[in-house]
Amino acid sequence: MSGTTTGGAVQPGGASLAAAERLLAELPPSPAVWCSGLRKRYGRRTAVDDVSFTVGRGEVLGLLGPNGAGKTSTIKMLLGLVRPDAGEVLLLGRPARDPQSRSRVGYLPELFRYQPWLTAAEVLRLHVRLAGVAVPVGEQRECLALVGLADRAGDRVGGFSKGMQQRLGLAVALVARPEFVVLDEPTSALDPLGRADVRDLVLTLKARGVAVLLNSHLIGEVERVCDRVVILDKGRVAASGSLSELLGRREVRLRLDGVRPEAEARLAATGRLRRTGDWFTVELPDGEEAAAVPDLVAELVGLGVRVHAVEPGRISLEERLLGILRDGVRP
Amino acid sequence: MTVRIVLTIAALTLQEAARRKVLRALAGLTVVLLALSAWGFSRIDAEFGGLTTGEARLAGATVLNLVMFGFSLIAALGTAFLAGPTLAGEVESGTALAMLARPVRRSAVLVGKWLGLVAFGSGFVVLAGFAQFVIVQVTVGYWPPSPVTGLALLAAQTAVLLTLGLLLSTVISPMASGVVAVGLFGATWIAGVVGGIGGSLGNEGVARVGTVSRMVLPTDGLWRGAMHAFQDPTLLTQLGPGFDGFPFLGEAPLTAAYLAWAALWIAVVLALAGLAFRRRDL
Repeated sequence: MSGTTTGGAVQPGGASLAAAERLLAELPPSPAVWCSGLRKRYGRRTAVDDVSFTVGRGEVLGLLGPNGAGKTSTIKMLLGLVRPDAGEVLLLGRPARDPQSRSRVGYLPELFRYQPWLTAAEVLRLHVRLAGVAVPVGEQRECLALVGLADRAGDRVGGFSKGMQQRLGLAVALVARPEFVVLDEPTSALDPLGRADVRDLVLTLKARGVAVLLNSHLIGEVERVCDRVVILDKGRVAASGSLSELLGRREVRLRLDGVRPEAEARLAATGRLRRTGDWFTVELPDGEEAAAVPDLVAELVGLGVRVHAVEPGRISLEERLLGILRDGVRP
Repeated sequence: MTVRIVLTIAALTLQEAARRKVLRALAGLTVVLLALSAWGFSRIDAEFGGLTTGEARLAGATVLNLVMFGFSLIAALGTAFLAGPTLAGEVESGTALAMLARPVRRSAVLVGKWLGLVAFGSGFVVLAGFAQFVIVQVTVGYWPPSPVTGLALLAAQTAVLLTLGLLLSTVISPMASGVVAVGLFGATWIAGVVGGIGGSLGNEGVARVGTVSRMVLPTDGLWRGAMHAFQDPTLLTQLGPGFDGFPFLGEAPLTAAYLAWAALWIAVVLALAGLAFRRRDL
């Protein structure tokens, strides 16, 4: 091949490269976490068995399950702290074997402890340096202020209470401008006020498009902030899905008397009907919950039914979790 | 990238040593030992008033080796008990979790720790050793023939022991790793003494004990090289064959081959520690 033809061939090559780059740039970003078939045994005990899930960008995923379900082991495998026996992990689109996959990941361990001989500000500086991100000192201070440690920046960590160390851990997880944050039991040492702060923090992260993996025993906390939930039991995924998928359809419970057959037919027309004594439970149609209840009540009154009580019948995540754990693994 | 991590961790290790009580305890112990040795050296001259300058220098050179052995022991104990906890302790307490979840290679963290500890141990040996030389010079007028080589060999001995401490701490508990490292250090020294006695008696089998132990753990070999660098070159000929195998005399300078072996030993043990640390679940 002569020089000129080679030169000619480069041009379209360059153009197609640019096109490929454009195509790549337009692709939706890879999920914050993708893991598949994770497995880990400690001696004879299987801690994690075939766990797969995805956390999308900007999504808050709750990890729930009883003690010893393998939640912390799973998290540690995602972060390269524990070597999986099998399975694959992609962090922000890179294989987790590559340490650089963690450059935009923040982590608050369940067992949080920071160098007691350093000050809070020095711990943050150390982590910024390890992360290889240039974060100005002002921003590091803001991060401490965000977790309520602004006035303790110059104090040694050794003198901190458990709760303050956990707050510092949150600041460490957030300081290097993460795109994905893993919080393992982030409120275990915090008072109710601190818990509310963490909840607000997670919601702020979500609003900023930062993905969060939240492992918490406090189901109410998970229910308030998470988009989706993965329930682990005995090392396996017992259930997973969005909150509405997991919690099922909404229901309304009504205490009525004077229900004649035509009223009962009206109730049954709304959705599946169950009756215990004078309590009627009706499943509400998807997407029409808001209008369905007042319409139903108005028509029942029109049919001469006396309405004593109307209650939303949505089951809580706690009831659902207990149900799943008691019934055993559901695929 | 990796170099930055190594240096960051090395600086952190030095900062830890400086801020924890280790450094103050070590400084206190060293000052006490230096003061005692200053008093002791001044007594050599006073008690044995009839000594010629040559005799005083000989006595000074011998006692200097004895005192330097004390320092090498302090450095060995200090670094072996610092090396274990610094790694295994961080894993046990959970401090390592947040750090190793950063974009860092575990080997880089380990090498950083090692570098920080070597700097700490060497710094101690050089400072304390140099102070001791000055004391001996002032009291009995003796200055070792090759102080720099000697101090470098002592620093290398410290590096060998703390590398062993790091390897042990990746497999056993922090306290046990310190105890085992110091125990091995002592055993090698005793094996070296036994080997020296074997050599002076012309018993090859016993002499080999020292040779083998010096290969397995190079601390004793490096220590003997350091002694040789500290003592007056005429000392051996003046004392005569009756002092063959005396534990506080170095009989010959170290060969280049032995130094290369010691360097290789450190590299291999550090690599093993890196492998063990990389495979470890936290």
